[in-house]
Amino acid sequence: MNLATFWFILIAILWSGYFVLEGFDFGVGILLPFLGRDDTERRVMINAIGPVWDGNEVWLLTAGGATFAAFPQWYATMFSGFYLPLLIILVGLIVRGVCFEFRSKVESPRWRANWDRATFAGSALPALLWGVAFANIVRGVPLNAAHVDTGNLLGLLNWYGLLGGLVTLSLFTLHGAIFLGLKTTGELRTRARRAAIGVALAAVPLAAVFLAVTQFSHGKPVTDVTAALAAVALIGAAAAALRGREGWAFLGTAVTLVLAVATLFGDLWPNVMPSSTAAAYSLTVTNASSAHYTLVVMSWVALIFTPIVLGYQSWTYWVFRKRLTGSSIGPAGHAPTTGLEPEHVGGRP
Amino acid sequence: MTVLDLSRWQFGITTVYHFIFIPLTIGLSLTVACLQTWWLIKKDPVYLRLTKFFGKIFLINFAVGVVTGIVQEFQFGMNWSAYSEFVGNVFGAPLAMEALLAFFMESTFIGLWIFGWNRLSPRLHLAMIWLAAIGTSMSAFFILAANSWMQHPVGYRVVPGTHRVELTSIFALLTNSTALAAWPHVFFASFMVTGAVLIAVSGWHLARKSQVDVFRRAMRIGLAVTLAAGIATAVTGDIQARLMDSQQPMKMAAAEALYNTSDAASFSLFTIGSLNGSTEVWSIRVPYLLSLIATLNPHGTVQGINNVERAYDAKYGAGSYEPIIPVTYWSFRLMVGFGSLAALLAAIGLWLTRRRRIPTSRWFYRIALWALPLPYLASTMGWIFTEMGRQPWTVFGLLTTAQSVSAGVTASSVIISLTTFTLLYAGLAAIAGWLIVRHVKDGAPEEPDGTGPGAGAEEPIPVFSY
Repeated sequence: MNLATFWFILIAILWSGYFVLEGFDFGVGILLPFLGRDDTERRVMINAIGPVWDGNEVWLLTAGGATFAAFPQWYATMFSGFYLPLLIILVGLIVRGVCFEFRSKVESPRWRANWDRATFAGSALPALLWGVAFANIVRGVPLNAAHVDTGNLLGLLNWYGLLGGLVTLSLFTLHGAIFLGLKTTGELRTRARRAAIGVALAAVPLAAVFLAVTQFSHGKPVTDVTAALAAVALIGAAAAALRGREGWAFLGTAVTLVLAVATLFGDLWPNVMPSSTAAAYSLTVTNASSAHYTLVVMSWVALIFTPIVLGYQSWTYWVFRKRLTGSSIGPAGHAPTTGLEPEHVGGRP
Repeated sequence: MTVLDLSRWQFGITTVYHFIFIPLTIGLSLTVACLQTWWLIKKDPVYLRLTKFFGKIFLINFAVGVVTGIVQEFQFGMNWSAYSEFVGNVFGAPLAMEALLAFFMESTFIGLWIFGWNRLSPRLHLAMIWLAAIGTSMSAFFILAANSWMQHPVGYRVVPGTHRVELTSIFALLTNSTALAAWPHVFFASFMVTGAVLIAVSGWHLARKSQVDVFRRAMRIGLAVTLAAGIATAVTGDIQARLMDSQQPMKMAAAEALYNTSDAASFSLFTIGSLNGSTEVWSIRVPYLLSLIATLNPHGTVQGINNVERAYDAKYGAGSYEPIIPVTYWSFRLMVGFGSLAALLAAIGLWLTRRRRIPTSRWFYRIALWALPLPYLASTMGWIFTEMGRQPWTVFGLLTTAQSVSAGVTASSVIISLTTFTLLYAGLAAIAGWLIVRHVKDGAPEEPDGTGPGAGAEEPIPVFSY
């Protein structure tokens, strides 16, 4: 295996990690206005992802950085070609990223309700658009001879792209609902379980159709296997959710996401961005990759530091493994004190 | 406006805005780590109150820094795809390292620090804020190594027959003299910003005689940090000036608007001249100072803009290699001026608060508050100077800004993104600023038993949560 292929696989792993981890963050954000009946429940939902969401998002930045270093041409073409959808994703991630911190600082119900809506939009838009983007990469975009994407936003909103978007949206929502079932107790947990079953009814057929269409037009024998296994894992996840086996269900959706990414990347290979204009204009693992030395350096860096990152991120999940309840989350970030009253002045009389 | 102009404005606005939040993230994370360490050693509840109080300011500020940083990682590809193709082999490496080595560290350990109070042992919890703080400083190093490569490319070769560069030595890139000088400069400047925040916040409370015991200490820490960091920033900036003189002589000349090579160049504090900076009407000058800054010798030769221009015309082909002189001239002066004024005020403040004195003059507290923007403006001016002074190049001597812009992106797309980012960022600044002011006014609540709420409860109750 040459180094460019190794990096192609590594970038697929980074995107898988991103979708598995931030996938449930998105799902929780999407479900926030619907499952949380009062402020305490919504805070339980937010605090369930509170310690980990920021670290999860770094998987995206690392995927972006790794693409820049290992496949500069791919990074350049993809990010400039998908300019407006990426803008919307960025706006979503920006808004979502400040929501949790800002929401907790003011007690007013209106303030919090507004941030809940913002969390929903900031989670749903990227969840939808990542699917649109990846479906279009697999489908091919109009790259010219200089590898510049000559298409526009409307060109990306074709039926296959939109189907891909609905798949990621529903899968992430399902993944998030199952995660909430794992992390909460009482009524909220019951509601999360019911939501998971409801969302699964949409996610399973959408994903099955999407994978079937993908394999029909772009498939290879190897990815036929991964696509079939992804479908089996998803059905297994839905069945486990139905029987209340939250741990197995969560494992099921996580495996589904990993295998779905593996299928799409497997279908792409050896291209990284096929051109719909002419096959000769496609970006491939070879013509988009960095030079050997850069790949060697980055391989050592990745081999040494990825296990360390995985180690401390896993430890975080271990530290915060317990289910959350209304009483275990304590008061919200804003402590309602009035520092100006004399009894609060100083430590001494 | 062209796609190039619009993209430059967008990069300028988003980057300057991002860097409003970064210095406080770098400086305050380490300051909070020190406060928490001090609390564990001394067991003095005042330091716990300070840790939590400044910890919350840090977290609001950190959130905005993080989300605006995502845009930075993406917009090289979105708006500067020709640049990305050209430099990706080299420039992508420190960026990917930043994500893998530093971003994961800061974001993961920040989460553990926020939610780990009373859940992790006190020492382990303290380690979380230290690791997060070290992560932020490492992140700054990688990004400055990437930027320094644009100022002074090292460890690369131009691949014949293609339009791109290749990395030849990652070691050379990471030990670039420009980066080794830029990192401490930015690091210490971040502490000037942090010190100014401590001073302004403490001054607000001390003026109202609220929580005097807590904020008297924060005031002293803020003043000492600002002065010490001010001196260190000046020293490292001075080292950078000599590197700039040898690596980017045009930038050095543009910093002074020195048009003709001079053997005993003076430094002007203030000039009234023509709009393009080429004709001088009136100025206040310090003799020999520019030669001294650039070469350590009062009679050292400093090259003039016209002379460098002729040399570059011969080397890179006929063209204009001058940055916008009034921008470089004034941003350089304002950087030095605002920074020096902040350090000077901190020195006066230290004297006025010596031996537990608490100044009674209202002016002391007014200035403590009004001085807050000084280090912020100084660091903003510093970035505007170093980035505008490199123009017309994005990578000095290799690639111009005009050659860097994305080919397939339309002006209307960039107008949409420029407008969106500007409005969104303005909204974020307003909300974050309002939340921080609100939190500051609430003050640092007393700790009932010095161990935090929830201590001794059956289940650990987090001190911070969303």
